[in-house]
Amino acid sequence: MKTWLDSWPVFRQLTGADPLGRGVAARSKATEQVVSRTATADRVVKSVCPYCAVGCAQRVFVKDEKIVQIEGDPDSPISRGRLCPKGSASKQLVTSPTRVTTVRYRRPYATDWEDLDLDTAMEMIADRVLEAREKGWQVEDEGKRVNRTMGLASLGGATLDNEENYLMKKLYSALGAIQIENQARI
Amino acid sequence: MAECHPVGFQWVMEAKARGAKVIHIDPRFTRTSAVADLHVPLRMGTDIAFLGGLIRYVLDNDLYFKEYVVAYTNAAALVGEEFVDTEDLGGLFSGFDPEHGHYDTGSWAYEFADEPHSGADDPQGSAEQEAVGDDHDVKSADQAQSLGSGGASIPAKPLRDETLQHPRSVFQVLKRHFARYTPEMVAEVCGIEPEVFEQVAKWVTSNSGRERTTAWVYSVGWTQHSVGAQYIRSCSILQTLLGNIGRPGGGILALRGHASIQGSTDVPTLYNLLPGYLPMPHAAQHSTVDEYVADAAGKAGFWGNKRAYTVSLLKAWFGDAASAENDFRFDWIPKINGDHSSYRTIADMIAGKVHGYFLVGENPSVGHPNGKMNRFGLANLDWLVVRDLQMIESATFWKEGPEIESGEMAPETIGTEVFFMPAATHTEKEGTFTQTQRVLQWRHKAVEPPADARSDLWFYFHLGRILRKRLAGSTDPRDQALLNLTWDYPTIGETADPDAAAVLREINGVGPDGRAVNGYLELKDDGSTSSGCWIYSGVYADEVNQAARRKPRREQGPVALEWGWAWPLNRRILYNRASADPDGKPWSERKKYVYWDEAAGKWTGDDVPDFEADKRPDYVPPEGARAQAAIGGADPFIMQMDGKAWLYAPSGLVDGPMPTHYEPAESVVENFLYDQQSSPTIERIAGPWNRENPSLSEVFPFQVTTYRLTEHHTAGGMSRTLPYLSELQPEFFVEVSPELAQLRGLVNGEFATLVSARTAIEAKVLVTERIRPVKLRGGQVVHQIGMPYHWSYSGLSTGDNANDLLGIVLDANTHIQEDKVSTADIVPGRRPRGPELLEFVESYRTRAGVGSGKVGVNGRAPDQDPSAIEETGA
Amino acid sequence: MTTVSSASPGLSKDTGVVSGNRLYGPLPDVQGEAGYETDHPARVGFFTDTSVCIGCKACEVACKEWNTLPMDDSHGTKDAMGLSGMSYDNTGQLGANSWRHVAFIEQSRAVDLPMPVFGRPGDDRQDIGQPVNPITPTADSTLNAQTSVLNAEALSEFDPQTGQSGSDKQIRWLMSSDVCKHCTHAGCLDVCPTGALFRTEFGTVVVQGDICNGCGYCVPACPYGVIDKREDDGRVFKCTMCYDRLTDGLQPACATACPTQSIQFGDLDELQARADARLATLKGQGVETARLYGRDEADGVGGVGAFFLLLDEPEVYGFPPDPIVTTRDLPSMWRAAATGAAVIVGVVASAFVGRKR
Repeated sequence: MKTWLDSWPVFRQLTGADPLGRGVAARSKATEQVVSRTATADRVVKSVCPYCAVGCAQRVFVKDEKIVQIEGDPDSPISRGRLCPKGSASKQLVTSPTRVTTVRYRRPYATDWEDLDLDTAMEMIADRVLEAREKGWQVEDEGKRVNRTMGLASLGGATLDNEENYLMKKLYSALGAIQIENQARI
Repeated sequence: MAECHPVGFQWVMEAKARGAKVIHIDPRFTRTSAVADLHVPLRMGTDIAFLGGLIRYVLDNDLYFKEYVVAYTNAAALVGEEFVDTEDLGGLFSGFDPEHGHYDTGSWAYEFADEPHSGADDPQGSAEQEAVGDDHDVKSADQAQSLGSGGASIPAKPLRDETLQHPRSVFQVLKRHFARYTPEMVAEVCGIEPEVFEQVAKWVTSNSGRERTTAWVYSVGWTQHSVGAQYIRSCSILQTLLGNIGRPGGGILALRGHASIQGSTDVPTLYNLLPGYLPMPHAAQHSTVDEYVADAAGKAGFWGNKRAYTVSLLKAWFGDAASAENDFRFDWIPKINGDHSSYRTIADMIAGKVHGYFLVGENPSVGHPNGKMNRFGLANLDWLVVRDLQMIESATFWKEGPEIESGEMAPETIGTEVFFMPAATHTEKEGTFTQTQRVLQWRHKAVEPPADARSDLWFYFHLGRILRKRLAGSTDPRDQALLNLTWDYPTIGETADPDAAAVLREINGVGPDGRAVNGYLELKDDGSTSSGCWIYSGVYADEVNQAARRKPRREQGPVALEWGWAWPLNRRILYNRASADPDGKPWSERKKYVYWDEAAGKWTGDDVPDFEADKRPDYVPPEGARAQAAIGGADPFIMQMDGKAWLYAPSGLVDGPMPTHYEPAESVVENFLYDQQSSPTIERIAGPWNRENPSLSEVFPFQVTTYRLTEHHTAGGMSRTLPYLSELQPEFFVEVSPELAQLRGLVNGEFATLVSARTAIEAKVLVTERIRPVKLRGGQVVHQIGMPYHWSYSGLSTGDNANDLLGIVLDANTHIQEDKVSTADIVPGRRPRGPELLEFVESYRTRAGVGSGKVGVNGRAPDQDPSAIEETGA
Repeated sequence: MTTVSSASPGLSKDTGVVSGNRLYGPLPDVQGEAGYETDHPARVGFFTDTSVCIGCKACEVACKEWNTLPMDDSHGTKDAMGLSGMSYDNTGQLGANSWRHVAFIEQSRAVDLPMPVFGRPGDDRQDIGQPVNPITPTADSTLNAQTSVLNAEALSEFDPQTGQSGSDKQIRWLMSSDVCKHCTHAGCLDVCPTGALFRTEFGTVVVQGDICNGCGYCVPACPYGVIDKREDDGRVFKCTMCYDRLTDGLQPACATACPTQSIQFGDLDELQARADARLATLKGQGVETARLYGRDEADGVGGVGAFFLLLDEPEVYGFPPDPIVTTRDLPSMWRAAATGAAVIVGVVASAFVGRKR
């Protein structure tokens, strides 16, 4: 009964140190239980902002395998925990409901998308790479040996990881593709 | 910088709080200008004139850092007698071939004691130099591509005059070249008051020298010009003269715009480079490793080890299949022989020469100039793979692009098969970004990507795996590179994501003992070591992922060497040997950084010394020394073969040994400095879809520039889709001055239409005094229009695409487009819709005397092959 | 109920600062006044130094990300986004969905650049002193006509030290991140009939979403127009100074993100000292127009928990020049509040009844 009554704001207001009911007496149940979602996260993962090249360190808070918060890492000598509006919007970037998370396929001359299984898409792309490579193969050009294909090209963004760029350049070169470009030239 | 790199800008604000002067030089008044001590609103495209003025000011008033200049630069070298400057040729240097629009750079060379050929110092190097010069297959504009970033080879040591008084000394040549860049001329060309120029000159020079340093920061506002490389050269000359390179608080800092755009250059997905700035082999020059490394064989400096870097790369890629006996399978690397950069490739797509295209986190329909030309390219492919997070415009051009509305294309005419492959975000994969100061930072994976979303590492690994399976057993020589590729990366988890750490370790390199090497000095040219990117060697030193280090900043020194890992060898300031005087002592106590500790017999200081730690400051290379051993103890510029900073570039650039102000390709102003209006070496891609606005045209009377806003990111795929960013800048707008608004009847908040020879776009108008008309001599008023370029039709925040307005002309050194200056008209109201839009733009072209922009199906010429059009020109 | 009202000394007089007044005037211990034990945490606040604000809006976004606010819709009525045409400000004002808002103010005037006093170049190499750059109005020309004065009063105090110029026109772009002031005497809190608004142990003022019934009395009670009703929700919302983060020892999201430390969070007395020092520095540099806003404990709201360093008159930034807590006129409002309180007693009682079952 005592507890029950204590939790009644008016009782607290009338009997406590907060006669105007603007502070202690007004605290609601939710307020008493408030906790930040960084505190309840299962883990914090160290990351780096994907926007500009300053390289601000991020702390990614994960709860139930979902990202619940991304904020600056104060340990970083580069950013000292700060983020710009884009970096601050990173959680929205990675949890965006408009992200497309399944393969979409458009047939030649079609007017709309259709669905495609990921493994099928990979096999289809492999077919096409080999075909385009063959169609554009040059043993020589202008009398010089080149051993390359002009049939396929690639343009990468500059948010690619170094490891990704490395595999791309390695694979493309082994295929003989040379028109391999990146935002870095833009 | 506040606009596009706000968090980096905290350090500028901190410097300002400590008394630093912050000068912002930009046609546009930005958030940076708002907190700068001085904003210099120069006319767009005139930075070389401005920087040239500063160079002249420094030279004429003897404000250069004498000891530094004499000891550390090529100021004393003598230029050959054949060289003729722009002063005497109306704005051209000697060697110009007007027919082909390029230079024979031979006459720009130094003067040598002996003929280079007989200079036994470097026989192979001189042979190589000859090969480049004489081989007509290596087009002049190609030479820069064939050099990598090792810089040009110079065949021998030039004659020198240490007094700098010889009329053909670089110092005197420079002085004459910049003589006409007076404060008055700068004021006229740039449209600023002479007093403002003087103020900048005073602040810059009074904050340079032994005790103080000045840093320059630039971004694509300098690179995206037809003379972009020379913009940077101008600043290099100035900073070198002032002694501001290799010292704390100095430098020329490229603020790069994407999380790993530095990494994308270091580990390049660029047509002309192999990892670590090794050049892509050229068909006319490089059929063997010997030929490929010939230019470096005699080189002083770290490029002297090019063979070790090359062989280690081949070993990393081809493993046991590469051996000395088979030339390490150098023949498996495809060869280039021209400009294969992305814009040229787009033209080839329209011509039907390219069949398949991968877009990996890139949205050229929005982010590249001349979006229409880009979309025409995509529409003529057999297939297109788009990997992204959101459904970007480059994936939907076939159904929603502007050309559908204008009637130039229709889904029914477009045969391009499109695969949209969902990508993983930065939190859903592990790997490194290389940020703008060359620091690699490892990201740990936080969660699994959703549904079919996969990392690009996954995509390329598994694509490679499938392709290798398909070709297994093939004996076709062309398949052997792929079949012998080292491609056995361990995979992790249900989706079999390859282990990025294993890839990083391969990039780092492995020694004969099978352990990760600790740096590129351990790499050998005999095939006993491997390294996927020599400059990243050391990132896995001691078998530890050094990029993942995160020692809190408060627990380490001011340079924070234990946070991430910087290439090369975790060095944070390049050329830091220059922070000490020739004797190895700090230039001043205040600017102490890296210096020689005589007692310990080594270099020490806050950073990793740029030198071999025990190379004495008085070291003189013995006869016949090679590579770094051939660099003297007082020569800080260790990547240059002479160890010197170049005030004059005798080779390596295709458009001149010194910067020269030319007007942009599209300008409303005559070149006040020279008869030559625009750069003579501009690279053009002609076609009906890439018409050029004539300069000084009344039809296109205003200058236009493009830029970013803080609230959005490049082509918008990562920002226009996000509610919190979209609402902050909710639609496309252009910024105009009140004067231009009055002149053209533009109303704040209402629509206006901008027109070029490419197309017309509409935008809301923001009338602001932050955009300023420039008054030039003779009373000419230049109106400037600012266009943020983030928008297109997809996402939450939408609008027409600023880049559609721009054409594509390129800097011949870099093949980077000039999209920081162009011309246009602007009129009130919305643009015409549908086919009327085409007629509207065509009428502008007709009035301006430009060729028709009408095209056939999917942008192909109505009656002819586009490649034929290219031959005949626009 | 009457017991409560008579227990409040603040209600015994209509106006004026009296000893022990709880609704007006300086109040050294806001938390103690709200019933917290003496060992309560120090009062915290924001010091927003607009002289280093770069208008990046990280605060707006970081706030929304942390508090999972909806997109801005002004007052729940704006159904489409669009360019405001007001410089780079497209969110307009603080509201239920924007708890931080960055204002952009463009100012300009024509100037006649003086001839700087130059000695021989290089004479002053070691000099890093202030620039000689006095500003005098020009009679000249076209440019005078072009001088669109965005704020005449502001320009009369235009400051050459903070106004940058390259040439004939001096432009100043002021940016300032606005936020709930967390007043010492918070009108919203004083009029809230449900106890939804409360003073936290940190001295901040927070809406409790589980209590608010959307009566909206607080909205007109705020002298700054901060607290706002979310139309599709019915309840009111405003900055909580990230109460949940504070309870876990973190800084508010906006201050955490702010790249240039324009938004500083900390103990209020410490922030006040820091602000006083910053003001002195700026004054020392000749920035005569710099001033603190909301720092004065003798002002109409007893000073605020989130105060500002401005470079111009408060009106220029959209701040009321002389805010006064609306509860200075409380007696006339009390009847309404009492009614509301009676209602909430009933509501609470029935809620407890429900729980007992």
